[in-house]
Amino acid sequence: MSSIDSRPERDRPWMFRTYSGHSSAKASNSLYRSNLAKGQTGLSVAFDLPTQTGYDSDHALARGEVGKVGVPVCHIDDMQVLFDEIPLDKMNTSMTINATAAWLLSLYIATAERQGTAPAALRGTTQNDIIKEYLSRGTFVFPPEASMRLTSEIVSYTVDQVPNWNPMNVCSYHLQEAGATPVQEIAFSMANAISILDVVRERPEVSDETLTRVFGRISFFLNAGIRFVEEMCKCRAMNQLWEEIGRERYGITEEKMLRLRYGVQVNSLGLTEAQPENNIIRIALEALGVTLSKRARTRSLQLPAWNEALGLPRPWDQQLSLRTQQIMAYETDLLEYGDIFDGSHVVEAKTKELLEEARAELNRVLDMGGAVTAIENAYMKQKLVESHTDRIRAIEAGELTVVGVNAYEEGVDSPLVEEGSGSILKVDESAEREQIASLEAFRSRRNDDEAKRALKVVEDAIKNGDNIMPSSIEAAKAGVTTGEWSQLLRDIFGEYRAPTGVVATPTATASDEVSAVRGRVDGVSDQLGRRLKILVGKPGLDGHSNGAEQIAVKARDVGMEVVYDGIRLTPQEIVQSAQDEGVHVIGLSILSGSHGVLVTDVVDQLRAAGLGNIPVVVGGIIPDDDARKLEEAGVSRVYTPKDFDLTRIMDEIVDVVSESNAA
Amino acid sequence: MPPDSAGSPVSTESMQADARALAAKVIAGERSAIAQALNQVDDNRPAYRERSLTLLDALAETDGGIRIGVTGAPGAGKSTLLDVLVSGLRARDRSVGVLAVDPSSQRTGGALLGDRMRLSSSARDSGVFLRSLAARDALGGLSEVTGPSLDVMSSALDFVFVETVGVGQSEAQVTDLVDTLVFVAQPAAGDLIQFMKAGILEWPDLFFVNKADLGAIATRSATELRAGIDLGNNRDPNRTPPVLCGSARDGVGIEELIDAIEEHSAYLTTSGQAATRRAGGRVARIGQALQTRYGRFGMERLLATGSLEQQIKNLGKMSVDRAIDELGRQIESALGSDNGR
Repeated sequence: MSSIDSRPERDRPWMFRTYSGHSSAKASNSLYRSNLAKGQTGLSVAFDLPTQTGYDSDHALARGEVGKVGVPVCHIDDMQVLFDEIPLDKMNTSMTINATAAWLLSLYIATAERQGTAPAALRGTTQNDIIKEYLSRGTFVFPPEASMRLTSEIVSYTVDQVPNWNPMNVCSYHLQEAGATPVQEIAFSMANAISILDVVRERPEVSDETLTRVFGRISFFLNAGIRFVEEMCKCRAMNQLWEEIGRERYGITEEKMLRLRYGVQVNSLGLTEAQPENNIIRIALEALGVTLSKRARTRSLQLPAWNEALGLPRPWDQQLSLRTQQIMAYETDLLEYGDIFDGSHVVEAKTKELLEEARAELNRVLDMGGAVTAIENAYMKQKLVESHTDRIRAIEAGELTVVGVNAYEEGVDSPLVEEGSGSILKVDESAEREQIASLEAFRSRRNDDEAKRALKVVEDAIKNGDNIMPSSIEAAKAGVTTGEWSQLLRDIFGEYRAPTGVVATPTATASDEVSAVRGRVDGVSDQLGRRLKILVGKPGLDGHSNGAEQIAVKARDVGMEVVYDGIRLTPQEIVQSAQDEGVHVIGLSILSGSHGVLVTDVVDQLRAAGLGNIPVVVGGIIPDDDARKLEEAGVSRVYTPKDFDLTRIMDEIVDVVSESNAA
Repeated sequence: MPPDSAGSPVSTESMQADARALAAKVIAGERSAIAQALNQVDDNRPAYRERSLTLLDALAETDGGIRIGVTGAPGAGKSTLLDVLVSGLRARDRSVGVLAVDPSSQRTGGALLGDRMRLSSSARDSGVFLRSLAARDALGGLSEVTGPSLDVMSSALDFVFVETVGVGQSEAQVTDLVDTLVFVAQPAAGDLIQFMKAGILEWPDLFFVNKADLGAIATRSATELRAGIDLGNNRDPNRTPPVLCGSARDGVGIEELIDAIEEHSAYLTTSGQAATRRAGGRVARIGQALQTRYGRFGMERLLATGSLEQQIKNLGKMSVDRAIDELGRQIESALGSDNGR
């Protein structure tokens, strides 16, 4: 071992972040300050779903969702409280915000100005990638064309006014969560970036010189799975492809601008509920994949918490993730070398293979008209659903090993999650009430006329084709709310429903287990007098539809007639659909933690409509205590991430239907 | 005697009384009754057949609302068009039903029915009733329950749409079920020639060239269609079906299309075709069902005693489905006496 003095100078580490925010601006602010005190070097703001989809906390669709997966921000005072005593000129803030990105950035800029910080001094990122919202994350609001316009306006505004801002973080992250293979992750995210750059290039105010700076400011947000060698090669391949696109498609020559800049959140899809402590190791290995190779090292890293599949992580869980990063960066010798894979023909060959396949897939998407077309014709969505179906099949069949899940399941119970250990964070149920009260107080103290006038200026800007940012920043200062700004845009642009891609998914070849369930579906259908019909949908604002889609496809494959009702449904709409469609069972998926309110509402309203005999099954991130409560409220079955065997779930759904129809 | 839901036997009389009470609620437009009636006509258990026939007989007493078929190649934008059509009719204060048919897997019987999502902007309206149907084993795209389902919905609602997937056999079949058939064409799809060859252009009463925002290509498609129709052998020789252009996505040309649908409906009434079309459709539905059940041999036995029209007339007023069962029984007894010889 070399002596401490003789060690080489270390590289500067990547930025350490933790995706966080919950309950209220005040609670999140104190969390941020404590995280920064522990050595976190940047902030990553999680907004709640109403904020992400443009509703104020007191909107009907916000019920149960306020403060659940992030912080509610309805107006400038919320934003100011969120960053209280955090000087924005020194902070680097990443905001996971898409459909309403222009608005939240406006609130951020207005807050900075209140703090006395000029926009030009701000550093950070707005995610602002709407295409992956259509494909996976589901917090889109407006149709593709309007969304592309909004994105391009943020880009062309910030490139001059907030030059250190990353206006768009092209996300391949969510594609992998939706099942993408590395090749699909590379190809689809590149197609996505191209679709926005093509729009920006056409804007009259964008010169060649501006385009170079725009290209240099587009950043990426990647995923890193457990196959960490391949993941590292994926990052290297993306480096090369991005540079190639810059040179060939956009004529960029400046080396510095051609470099792929990306942040990473490592994989959540592979985190397990069974033996959850294993996730600590998974997370560390995944982090290695995006830090080992200097040439393809991430600029910033967010690690999930080991208990994410169980519920909301506590501050201690997030601290463990931060410590993991600090150990990698400060204890190991990772940052003392140049790229340790340069010259490795194995790595080079794998990189080349990924690059070539990705280039071919990218060209396929571009040939059909680019990413927007491939959204509208559901090509990309369908490919993702297929890959995801394939992955689940492989886990069910044991071809893909997941330790503790389909292999080595025997073990002693984890003391980390034993009864009474309080292993997850409970959001204070009073948070929603308090947020609504504070919103009402804000509305009554602001100057309504001023807010109305400011909103009218935004309306005129949109209709005249002017950039939306300047008037939105003024509207933020005038006290316009998130819901008001978004409603204006909804009225002008309309709302969009993205194609689901589930309908055209080919039926998989049946295993013996699947055939057995098919036989049972046929039998029960004969008893019922018509084919077993199931409604699958997602109540609330959570748009992560991957799970619901997989359930829908599987239900079809075992012979059920499936009404796929999609996302963003109120309990009342679900009950109405169930009645109109004459279904025998309802399957709800909900990942945002708002299951308590929303699922109970569905069950109650079914009873009120005289449909109490239709059983309800629920899947989601649902802690044991909550599952018990739901079952007491009348839910027939509760499934959590540990229930990976969809065929078995289908078998149980047949039982449930059969039981509820027994004389 | 079939058991009721609690498992105790019920008399035929009380079951029939219940069915008639349900029919009254359907006609009154009660939402839960429409849903329940649709479930009942889909019930294929022999013990429940009489319940379903009584219900359909009672519903057959009314003329019901206007039935419209919407057809066209996949990707032509049928669902998007339907979504804006429904909203447009709602703006005119009409109640609307949609029967959306999606294909079933021939292998598993399973089906993914996605229309409730595709019609999201209209499906949540309290004046709109949407039921998704799987095509089941019908290769032509319409399952046997489509007709009775339409009978239920049209007795409760002002307008009922049937949306069918793809082109081919289903056009002729859906024609038997509806008053007005709307064909949605995609500009420059290159399938116009194919449609002409397949004789599909003979059936529609209205053409809508979608995606008119594509400009010249759409105009050319409309021109080609107009020329194609003149060559064709129209269902109604006295009327050239209008070819409209518009864009479902941008809401262009929708009001004109709704006007054209309402005009066609008025035309059917004044020309006396409304009644003849429905009567013709009734004969065709009955004939087709019998053909499927008993084959050509069985049909020959039936027709030996007179034309289908005449025999249906002899049965008196009853639902299509009861007529199918009645004539089926006659075929069975004729075939039975054959066997006895």
